Amino acid sequence: MGSLNAEHQLFQQNPVTWSWEQVYLCSSRILEIIAFDELKTDYKNPIDQCNTLNPTVEKVKKIKRVKIALKLVLPEYLIHAFFCVMFLCAAEWLTLGLNMPLLAYHIWRYMSRPVMSGPGLYDPTTIMNADILAYCQKEGWCKLAFYLLSFFYYLYGMIYVLVSS
Amino acid sequence: MQFPSGYGSHPPNYSAPSGHYSQVPNKAAASHLDNQYRASYYPTYYSSPAQNVMTPSVGTSVLNTQESQQLYNKTPHTVGSAEGPVQGAISSASYLHTSAQQSYSAFGNHYSTSVSSSVASQGFPLNSDHYAMPVVSSAVYPNVSYPPAAPGSVYGQAFTSQSLPVVGQVKETNKFSSQSTSVPHSLQQHVPVGYNTTLSTTSSAQSVQDNLCSNLTRSVAKVNNQINTGIVFLEKNLSLSISQKFAIPKAPNLNNFPSPAIDSSSTTSSASPVLNNYDALEGGGYPEIVSVFNTCGISFVLPETRSVTSSPVPAPSVPQTSKASKPFGYGYPTLQPGYQNAAAPTPVQPSNPGHHPGLQHYPQQYPGVNQLTSSIGGLSLQHSQQPESLRPVNLTQDRNILPVSSVPAPVPNLNSDLRKLNCSPDSFRCTLTNIPQTQALLNKAKLPLGLLLHPFRDLTQLPVITTSTIVRCRSCRTYINPFVSFIDQRRWKCNLCYRVNDVPEEFMYNPLTRSYGEPHKRPEVQNSTVELIASSDYMLRPPQPAVYLFVLDVSHNAVEAGYLTIVCQSLLENLDKLPGDSRTRIGFITFDSTVQFYNLQEGLSQPQMLIVSDIDDIFLPTPDSLLVNLHESKELIKDLLNALPNMFTNTRETHSALGPALQAAFKLMSPTGGRISVFQTQLPSLGAGLLHSREDPNQRSSTKVVQHLGPATDFYKKLALDCSGQQTAVDLFLLSSQYSDLASLACVSKYSAGCIYYYPSFHHSHNPAQAEKLQKDLKRYLTRKIGFEAVMRIRCTKGLSIHTFHGNFFVRSTDLLSLANVNPDAGFAVQMSIEESLTDTSLVCFQTALLYTSSKGERRIRVHTLCLPVVSSLADVYAGADVQAVVCLLANMAVDRSVSSSLADARDALVNAVVDSLAAYMSTASNLQQSMLIAPNSLKLFPLYILALLKQKAFRTGTSTRLDDRVYAMCQMKSQPLVHLMKMIHPNLYRIDKLIDESTIHVNDRVVPQPPLQKLSAEKLTREGAFLMDCGSIFYIWIGKNCDNNFIKDVLGYPNYASVPQTMTQLPEVDALSSERTRSFVSWLRDSRTLSPVLQVIKDENPAKTEFFQHLIEDRTEAAFSYYEFLLNIQQQVCK
Repeated sequence: MGSLNAEHQLFQQNPVTWSWEQVYLCSSRILEIIAFDELKTDYKNPIDQCNTLNPTVEKVKKIKRVKIALKLVLPEYLIHAFFCVMFLCAAEWLTLGLNMPLLAYHIWRYMSRPVMSGPGLYDPTTIMNADILAYCQKEGWCKLAFYLLSFFYYLYGMIYVLVSS
Repeated sequence: MQFPSGYGSHPPNYSAPSGHYSQVPNKAAASHLDNQYRASYYPTYYSSPAQNVMTPSVGTSVLNTQESQQLYNKTPHTVGSAEGPVQGAISSASYLHTSAQQSYSAFGNHYSTSVSSSVASQGFPLNSDHYAMPVVSSAVYPNVSYPPAAPGSVYGQAFTSQSLPVVGQVKETNKFSSQSTSVPHSLQQHVPVGYNTTLSTTSSAQSVQDNLCSNLTRSVAKVNNQINTGIVFLEKNLSLSISQKFAIPKAPNLNNFPSPAIDSSSTTSSASPVLNNYDALEGGGYPEIVSVFNTCGISFVLPETRSVTSSPVPAPSVPQTSKASKPFGYGYPTLQPGYQNAAAPTPVQPSNPGHHPGLQHYPQQYPGVNQLTSSIGGLSLQHSQQPESLRPVNLTQDRNILPVSSVPAPVPNLNSDLRKLNCSPDSFRCTLTNIPQTQALLNKAKLPLGLLLHPFRDLTQLPVITTSTIVRCRSCRTYINPFVSFIDQRRWKCNLCYRVNDVPEEFMYNPLTRSYGEPHKRPEVQNSTVELIASSDYMLRPPQPAVYLFVLDVSHNAVEAGYLTIVCQSLLENLDKLPGDSRTRIGFITFDSTVQFYNLQEGLSQPQMLIVSDIDDIFLPTPDSLLVNLHESKELIKDLLNALPNMFTNTRETHSALGPALQAAFKLMSPTGGRISVFQTQLPSLGAGLLHSREDPNQRSSTKVVQHLGPATDFYKKLALDCSGQQTAVDLFLLSSQYSDLASLACVSKYSAGCIYYYPSFHHSHNPAQAEKLQKDLKRYLTRKIGFEAVMRIRCTKGLSIHTFHGNFFVRSTDLLSLANVNPDAGFAVQMSIEESLTDTSLVCFQTALLYTSSKGERRIRVHTLCLPVVSSLADVYAGADVQAVVCLLANMAVDRSVSSSLADARDALVNAVVDSLAAYMSTASNLQQSMLIAPNSLKLFPLYILALLKQKAFRTGTSTRLDDRVYAMCQMKSQPLVHLMKMIHPNLYRIDKLIDESTIHVNDRVVPQPPLQKLSAEKLTREGAFLMDCGSIFYIWIGKNCDNNFIKDVLGYPNYASVPQTMTQLPEVDALSSERTRSFVSWLRDSRTLSPVLQVIKDENPAKTEFFQHLIEDRTEAAFSYYEFLLNIQQQVCK
């Protein structure tokens, strides 16, 4: 657990922020998963057809929620990239190695996004495609699992360092 | 190198198309010098295949033969004489097939007799005889499905003869006047019987009535006693019948209703399934739906006393039976004992003898019975022998696979009643008319499952229904349709989610017959395509007026092309025919490097032009007088239209600010919504949304990568989404001679549910064919029906789910399409997947509901319902494959694939679709020889169509194809309805120089000859003949060099071949028989479609013949296989 020593210095600076950011990553993932699920299960809603034509207040609220959740993607990428840079600075090679694949995936994902002028990842015209929706959901679950595991790993590292010092 | 004249004048971009299509005809032209015309084609098209072909024996036979017929007939002999001739091989290969024929004939006999007897029977009492028949027949025939159809046919007859006068009536007046039906009501004959029984039951029911009064008040579900619930309904019916004096129709109900419950306990192992199941279904089966339903805050009046949500329902003792009984409704007495063994969905089976014959007639009248019998019809596939559609066809040997006339849509294997009720294949088609039971089975079949829709098609007979309550399922919101089952008079079961719903009081009254208590005879239940006038519940804002905005390019390029004259002229002619009412509004915007608005406010002496040159921040100069009422400002509009073509004649402006003009149009339209028609002639070069040329002309015939099929910017997509949100559609007319990046521009129409027209190398005088096409398209475009602020929802039976949509729209939810405009020429495709196994149902239904505002400001709902059987064996899936629908769906999927991945991927996927499905089929039929390429009869055209698709502009490689042409072809594949798309993929070729009187049909006192379809191969062309190719939007008439002079003189109106001009677009009216026949044939072809196609006469040395020859898809080109080679290629891959 020698590599954690370096992490020790890092976490010493502001351990609270670290874990909070990790919590943010997890919660943004959860929100995103919920958003996709809402998109997917929308058809179960037996609202009258007129309501679906012209969104009711409830519907608008929901759409807004979905939009907000989908907007969390970019901050998530940035925070994760920031983590990686910090691990690099702290020479945390093991942790960095664990995070590299995800970083690479994020970069690839953003490079291959649909043509759009603004920032963002999801195209409203293709997001309802069943394949893409299923893919996004699966991606959400996988990343949530990864963030949760790494959260506990970081927590463990922090406590270990705190206790051992 | 020869090119159409239009190409010559173009700037260098397009001046050097080195297509090899142009080479092929050159070869052909060279061979024309040879006197042996037929023979000369053979070396050209068939010699090289022979060198590539792996099986030399076939190849040599190809080389040796000169007659096409011999070619394929000989091959069996050379390949293996042991097999014998083709017919022998086929018949010996499948003895099953012959036995199928036998059983079919026997079947037919039986069926016809039963029908005739039922026809002969005057009244319903005779029907009891039919009930006796199944018992006998089931012993003889394993198939029990048709005997129950016999009583149904009585019903069906009554229905048709009733409904025919009714349709017109409804359409005309929207009121239901009382026209007594031609079929005598046989109920009256039956009155005494029914009445007697009514009395007896009534007395018994009355005795328990008092005890059950409390049950009426919401405690029914808790009690959960089958008898109790049964009697509650009894009681309810009774009270109704007594008070309303409709005792006669109700009476059989009383008897019928409890009987299944009682009988079921005696015959089924589970004692209490029937009624409990429905509680379980409502309360437990759909808990999430019910809860959503409640949280939505929509209050539904629940008139029935049954508690829907809160009742704790005891689980049924045998869950399987509860599932099984779902699709069937209550056990109807028509089921056969033998049937239960065969089918997993075992309905509650009552014992026939227990029923009084006189009473049985009544349930027959419920469509529920129809559904039941049809469900048996669906299942009967398992029993029946191999049908015609499964007859194996050896593709490499059987050359003449094209049918004589057009390819018909396969008819779902349903019972005759349902078949009659089912939606027309023109508006609703499924790729598999037998739905596989599970996704696993679907995967095994390797065929795509999907729907092809043409929902807003022009219909001549459409029942329009005005009603205050539109009857819909309470949980899934399905509209009531012919395939629901009426459990009793007051309740119906949804055929999509199986929920039991109440029949509203109003629905009990049938306005057609003016009778009460016949909900199953309402027009909604008698027609699978209906249009309902929606109430104000279906609108949140008042229906919008028809608003049309024309955005016209007036840059130098546009003026040079001269389209303005044609557009303004067409508009002037059709101004009064624009669909709309007194509120109709119209506006014009023109643009070059600036944007010009036209103030047409009533009272002005002449139109006022307002120029906005600040294109970076566009604004509306006057907000309210740019879109004006068509009727109030008609004179000003006419002035403007007359002046417009000449206003810009001397313009030097070459730039085009399309983006800002569209933004302005959006601003102008957003308060109301409506239709924007954009005419664009070049690449947008200024302001937002400017584009750059992306096409490399040298890569046009590349076989490797075709780039830039996707948009370059998302400006147009975002604009389209904004428009869609404001109920505005953008229709794009692209009339350009150069590359204009249609891939980016098309987005503006794609996502706003508009349509796209493209006229490559348009010029008003140099290219008269295109000019004429524009004129005809505009006429149709301006006068056709239009629906505003529309949404379309597609519902399907529980277990199926929608995977992907294809077409021009914005997908708002998993099953909801937002269509700002809907037009009658728009088609849609839907890919489906099977999420849950369909083992517990024998029928699946699909329902499309299109809610739109008509041009008269009426909110309307057009509902189509399609019903299909479910099958469990792979052979049945193949038997029901609809090859045209499959090909169209695959084309849609391939377009998506080529945009998201690459063209090569899409082409591979298309070939793999054929290879996989044929391999899967051949593996199911074990008795087939693996060395041959066998396809079921239903799929025999599959390889041909796929080859045609691979040679279509959208997907071809190695042939010079302009990027815009390719993208346009792809757009069309996504948005054309099936009929048009099929003609685009595989045109029809007819020989028209010898139209004979045989095989003619009479249409409106006109004799229309019906020449047989020819293969799309140059071998069919002879220099002595004249041929007509029907490509959907264009007709080519190709005249051979040695064509009969009489034909040229009579039909074309010229003395000889040499004097026929190069550009000829009309057939003259010559008073000769052959001319008359030809013209009547051509106009018959024209009448069959909405868009009237352009006719082009092509002589053999005409440069335009490349267009003609590239459609001969069975021939070999330098870049692509001939049909025979393609088959061998597939065979190789299949056998691998």
